[in-house]
Amino acid sequence: MQNGMFLLVSAVVAVAVFFGARLVNNDYVFFAGYTVLQFVVLATAWNILGGYTGYVNFGSAAFFAMGAYSTVFFHKLNPLPIPVLILIGGVVSGVVGLGMGYLTLRLRGAFFAIATLALAVVLATFVVNWDYVGGSRGAYIIRPNEIAPIGPYIQYLFLLMLSLVVLALACARGIERSQLGYGFATIRDDELAAEASGVPTLRLKLVATTLSGALMGMAGAPFPYYIGYLQPSSAFGLEYAVNSIAMPMIGGTTSWVGPLIGAVLLGSLQQIATVTISSAVNLLIVGLLLVGFVIIAPNGIVGRVRDRLRRREK
Amino acid sequence: MGLSFDLLINAVVAGILLGGFYTAVTIGVSISFGILDIVNIAHPAFIILGSYIAYIVNQTFGIDPILTSIVMMPVFYLLGAGVYQIYYEAFEKRGQESLRGLSFFFGLLFVTEVTLILVFGVDYRYVEAWYIGPSWHLGVIDLPLRMLVPCLVALALFGALQLFLSQTFIGRAISAVAQDQLALRLMAASPTRIKRIAFGISIATTAVAGALLIVIQPVEPSVGREYIGRVFAICVLGGLGSLPGTVIGAMLLGIVESFTSTFYGPSWAPAVAFGLLLLTLAFRPAGLLGR
Repeated sequence: MQNGMFLLVSAVVAVAVFFGARLVNNDYVFFAGYTVLQFVVLATAWNILGGYTGYVNFGSAAFFAMGAYSTVFFHKLNPLPIPVLILIGGVVSGVVGLGMGYLTLRLRGAFFAIATLALAVVLATFVVNWDYVGGSRGAYIIRPNEIAPIGPYIQYLFLLMLSLVVLALACARGIERSQLGYGFATIRDDELAAEASGVPTLRLKLVATTLSGALMGMAGAPFPYYIGYLQPSSAFGLEYAVNSIAMPMIGGTTSWVGPLIGAVLLGSLQQIATVTISSAVNLLIVGLLLVGFVIIAPNGIVGRVRDRLRRREK
Repeated sequence: MGLSFDLLINAVVAGILLGGFYTAVTIGVSISFGILDIVNIAHPAFIILGSYIAYIVNQTFGIDPILTSIVMMPVFYLLGAGVYQIYYEAFEKRGQESLRGLSFFFGLLFVTEVTLILVFGVDYRYVEAWYIGPSWHLGVIDLPLRMLVPCLVALALFGALQLFLSQTFIGRAISAVAQDQLALRLMAASPTRIKRIAFGISIATTAVAGALLIVIQPVEPSVGREYIGRVFAICVLGGLGSLPGTVIGAMLLGIVESFTSTFYGPSWAPAVAFGLLLLTLAFRPAGLLGR
């Protein structure tokens, strides 16, 4: 399937999802759905760096929060429409991703992972001490109840996140089948050999971190409007970091389908568990699933299915 | 001028005492990450586990937390050896330690933290011991025993480990694992077994570090996260795999943090370690005493 065709098909699917959700006629579907979609974007973004190049990013929450806080900043300065804010969030997080990558990607892989953890704490400290965006008290964003052609505001946010999902998936799938994707794969499989055969590894890794960071920032930008009251602890929550790793790992990291499957499954499971059990238990489930899957099914659900199909062919 | 000599010297002393404690927290990672190349980001989770065990024993039997932790070391050693066995079978043997091994430890960190929250809640817990409270005064210098005792215990732990690594056969074999595994095999020592022992020791130190932590400050399950950055910052700053480097790195970080909280306010202190880590990675990735 050509990239243009894929974009068209996924847009059609997205429209179907939106109108399907409207049929239910209950705003809760949109609130829950928004969170799941947000995780699809985060997981896909994480996978562009983690799955394709093999560099682990523990700082998803930092990139996400950066998008959210750039929205808070501009909301106070001069309110802008959300699509513009999404672009700004993407640029801010992308630039930070680039800077981070430049500092650490010349070293062994583990340093990058540790530095991303560090980044999350530095930025959280910075935000806590920055009164303009609310500091440790947090910031209120008052969202309108309705928006002209669509109706309830949450449906508008849902639609925006749905478009981001289409963008992220098209992006990931496009990369996978391009020269860029093959370059990423050589880095994942054997960076030294890739470097020796003339693959510009540093440049490719920087492209991956920037892209991945930008998509995470874009996912975070509408968040203040969704939640209404943004605190550092909610924007920098560890659940973003753990989910954006667990979802691709459980789904499968080698293709764009994996994070999608992982995010939809795990995201919905968490929505159900939050309502029926408690939010602490649902985080425990995510953690246990992550540990279980990396030990038992290292290639995720997609890998399992692929193995089974291959065996049947023989 | 408001910046008095008293304040300055006390900030330095407080920094050194804090640095001593950081030594105990980091020394395990110095072994696992520095020597064995196992990026155990779950290390702080084991430390918090140690804190809670010291807390439970202290609350029910009134036993000294540091004494408890020394008794607990063999249990933590076995725990560490078990974790290594899983890590080896699932990741190292298959050559997947980078992506999946890291995720494994991250998951472990997360699961431990959430389990502790489910069992104990998010309240701060503390212990009671005779050295929590009183201070010694040497002229203008304050020496709170709550900080001094952990610092001394940590330095003793460092001394013991340094002796073990340099004087015994197994200790030297552990250092050799990092350098030449084939040569180690020729000496009739299995690298896997040596690594299991080393990782066990690294986790055993967290029992002590956890007890020291709960002596110094009240503990709740997510406190551990603050230490991830500190621990790796110290490890990288001191130079990977060098225990004396770890002590120097820990002292440096302690002093810088103590200055930051004295002169800029404690809310900035967490960023110091990470800032230091990023700077070290950017300018001198081999650390101060790197191999």
